[in-house]
Amino acid sequence: MAEPLGPLRWPCPGSGADGEWALATDGAAPLARLLIVPPLFDEMNRTRAMLATLLRDLGAAGVAAMLPDLPGCGESVQDFSAQSLNAWRAAMAAAARHFSASHVLALRGGALVAPPTLPGWALAPLDGDAVLRPLLRAAMLAARAQGEDTTATTLLETGRATGIMLGGYRCGAALIAGLHGARSQGEGHQVLAVGDLGVTGAAPWLRQEPAPAPALAAALAARIVTDLAA
Amino acid sequence: MTDTLPASLDADLRALLADVLGLAPARVAAFTAQTPLFGALPELDSMAVAGLFTALEDSFGFILEEDEIDGDLLETYGALLAFVARKQGRG
Repeated sequence: MAEPLGPLRWPCPGSGADGEWALATDGAAPLARLLIVPPLFDEMNRTRAMLATLLRDLGAAGVAAMLPDLPGCGESVQDFSAQSLNAWRAAMAAAARHFSASHVLALRGGALVAPPTLPGWALAPLDGDAVLRPLLRAAMLAARAQGEDTTATTLLETGRATGIMLGGYRCGAALIAGLHGARSQGEGHQVLAVGDLGVTGAAPWLRQEPAPAPALAAALAARIVTDLAA
Repeated sequence: MTDTLPASLDADLRALLADVLGLAPARVAAFTAQTPLFGALPELDSMAVAGLFTALEDSFGFILEEDEIDGDLLETYGALLAFVARKQGRG
């Protein structure tokens, strides 16, 4: 019943006439139209394979699902250093409208920018400080390895004032200031932990070497389908 | 050192290192308390160290203080295991 998984374009604020890419699976009369908001920074890359499997599993179960790139991320034509939580929120709201999403699934830091008005789920959501913590720690360790004595707090202050390179991402001051103290948007979203889904082992976003996670994708798809039918 | 700590914590920590760093389970199973980690495993650069700290916090339920964030924590497998046990109040 579901169409095969494929990339398609969608009109994203700030991205010009060609818009941005989303990975999507669609079909006639789907059970729901699910917008998937990916994790932020490196966690997005580490979960990409799991999310592609999830889209296929959802498609096979009759759920239409769309995974848009956040502006500045993935195949996006926008400049990462110009991004902010507000820009990502506006983009995800535009994607929800464009795809007529009925539900949302946010992963990790994606919960900070997911449309709060749609019903849905947040998988292992993070607040903004938890998104920043590993990035600041890595920058601190890298600086110390260069013989420079600094702290995560100092790096955060620099980032808020002038922007900062974190984990290979050139972050603007607005993004760092926005992340600091940011809370998840969707208070009504059902919060899921990996353990709730009966899946063991490290979650894909914790793995430094990206690996597929078919068991997690299958369990997540099954949970979504069950909840939709309830 | 390892023989005074709960075997389950040792096994959980080895599984986590294998998962998070993408190391072969046989290689991780061969770690002794003296096996050097930071500086010895090419998989452990500063991003991976920070990622590993996040995974440790996530899996073992503690938060690292800023002054604990140090490559020394990962000097050897035994040092890391003892640290995790101490943070959990089991060491």
